[in-house]
Amino acid sequence: MSTNRDIAILGVGMHPWGKWGKNFVEYGVKAARDALADSGVNWRDIQFVSGAATIRNGYPGQVAGATFAQALGWQGAQVNTSYAACASGSQALAAARSKILSGECEVALVIGSDTTPKGFLKPQPGDRPDDPDWVRFRLGITNPTYFALYARRRIEMYGDTLEDFAQVKIKNAQHGLSNVNARYRKVFNAADVAASPMVADPLRLMDICATSDGAAAIIVSSVEYARKIGKAKAPRIAAISTVTPTFASALVEMPDIATDSAVAVPAQSFRAALPRKAYEEAGIGPADVSVAEVYDLSTALELDWIEDLQLCARGDAARLLREGATRVGGRLPVNPSGGLACFGEAVPAQALAQVCELTWQLRGQAGERQVANAKVGITANQGLFGHGSSVIVKA
Amino acid sequence: MSAVLNEQAAPVPVLEGWFTLDQQRPHLLGTRCTACGTYYFPKLKGYCRNPDCNGESFEEVPLSRSGKLWSFTNASYQPPEPYVQVDKDAFVPFAIAAVELEKEKMIVLGQVVAGTGVESLRAGLTMELVLEPLADGKLTWKWKPVA
Repeated sequence: MSTNRDIAILGVGMHPWGKWGKNFVEYGVKAARDALADSGVNWRDIQFVSGAATIRNGYPGQVAGATFAQALGWQGAQVNTSYAACASGSQALAAARSKILSGECEVALVIGSDTTPKGFLKPQPGDRPDDPDWVRFRLGITNPTYFALYARRRIEMYGDTLEDFAQVKIKNAQHGLSNVNARYRKVFNAADVAASPMVADPLRLMDICATSDGAAAIIVSSVEYARKIGKAKAPRIAAISTVTPTFASALVEMPDIATDSAVAVPAQSFRAALPRKAYEEAGIGPADVSVAEVYDLSTALELDWIEDLQLCARGDAARLLREGATRVGGRLPVNPSGGLACFGEAVPAQALAQVCELTWQLRGQAGERQVANAKVGITANQGLFGHGSSVIVKA
Repeated sequence: MSAVLNEQAAPVPVLEGWFTLDQQRPHLLGTRCTACGTYYFPKLKGYCRNPDCNGESFEEVPLSRSGKLWSFTNASYQPPEPYVQVDKDAFVPFAIAAVELEKEKMIVLGQVVAGTGVESLRAGLTMELVLEPLADGKLTWKWKPVA
């Protein structure tokens, strides 16, 4: 699998992240129209609409592809909806790639959008001892518990410090400052982070990402179609990895109360498996990467991802951070968009937003947060139910 | 009168069948695939999840009572329901441990006993299983550092 498996990114668009209190369809249509305008492709010419579903908006969210197609004006395109938690956007993108590479369509719209409730995500009501999500809340184990356990493990194993975690927040806040699509655009210093309340030791409120409204859309096509419309030099998608974990799990994953037992087969890291498959598919290695967008649900988790992406040896990510390598201007910028620290998570849109950022970076259109000479970008994210993804974009 | 006493004396677990109610030496209760030996907690029945195993037969087994502390954190704020709610001012933060069981090769979460905060924990500490009540009086398993 190499260059002939690539597809072209013709256009990208986003609705700014925030808490806007509107219907998610509205955000999605705005993002789609921006992506169409960016691509120069007419909506009537889109042959496939691939929507990333959200479970929080009930009926229309679960038929996302059709919902967006109707809002944009039915024009008889093929349609599909994907649900894969935080990787929903990547799965929708993979569906579009399959259609394109199989010759079933030439150009597609991929779209994800979300409206989130206020406050922390909570379990459904009722007594459900067979539901692991109910069980863990019954025992007092919340979402930040898992991120905090991974963060503390870094402290215990590698000597990372709370100041390192704060530096991730400070770096990403600096990156997001000029990003018009970011929800939080504010400079943070170490004292600001240290003054925020401890939520789950060692993570403070400023170490943990919020949930947001937002939408992202991408127009993708065959390389041939891109050539035909004069966009032969458009960035390409070289890999979309959406593999499942491999038994036995090495980490306790939300919402579980225990890992698998590794008595019969060895424990394996899910996070590390996602980019490994992407590199293999693209025929591109970690040494080729010029920029990464990773899922910083917590500040410490960004450091885990850097190691999972093989951008440094296990345990070395904090050293990279301290050297300034991971900030824009450094040798390996991570989360130039500002990451989830500046966006907050809009689940079905987030994986696509990562690809939008890499597209702007590879085109040299990222303004103040531009990574110099960006040629290869990689994304990584992980969500519930064994879903995750890693996408490689190349110039 | 005696019925009331008995009722008071009978411990009620937060989750039925997840652990033994032996106050001195409690065990978590899991299952083990009789074909490949993989342990499951919570209990799994039906089909083994090891991709190389077609096992469909499981035996209930008590899990090791102690293991090494893999990582830890705390809950500074009261978790949402279904966690038993107390008055906001009465909430006492508690620590949470991830403990690695050597024989089972698995990591199991649980609260840490009341009165032990994160400041007294370090990865690698030996932790043992004990039972303590939640705010509604129902018993749960907790991890306690071995002195």
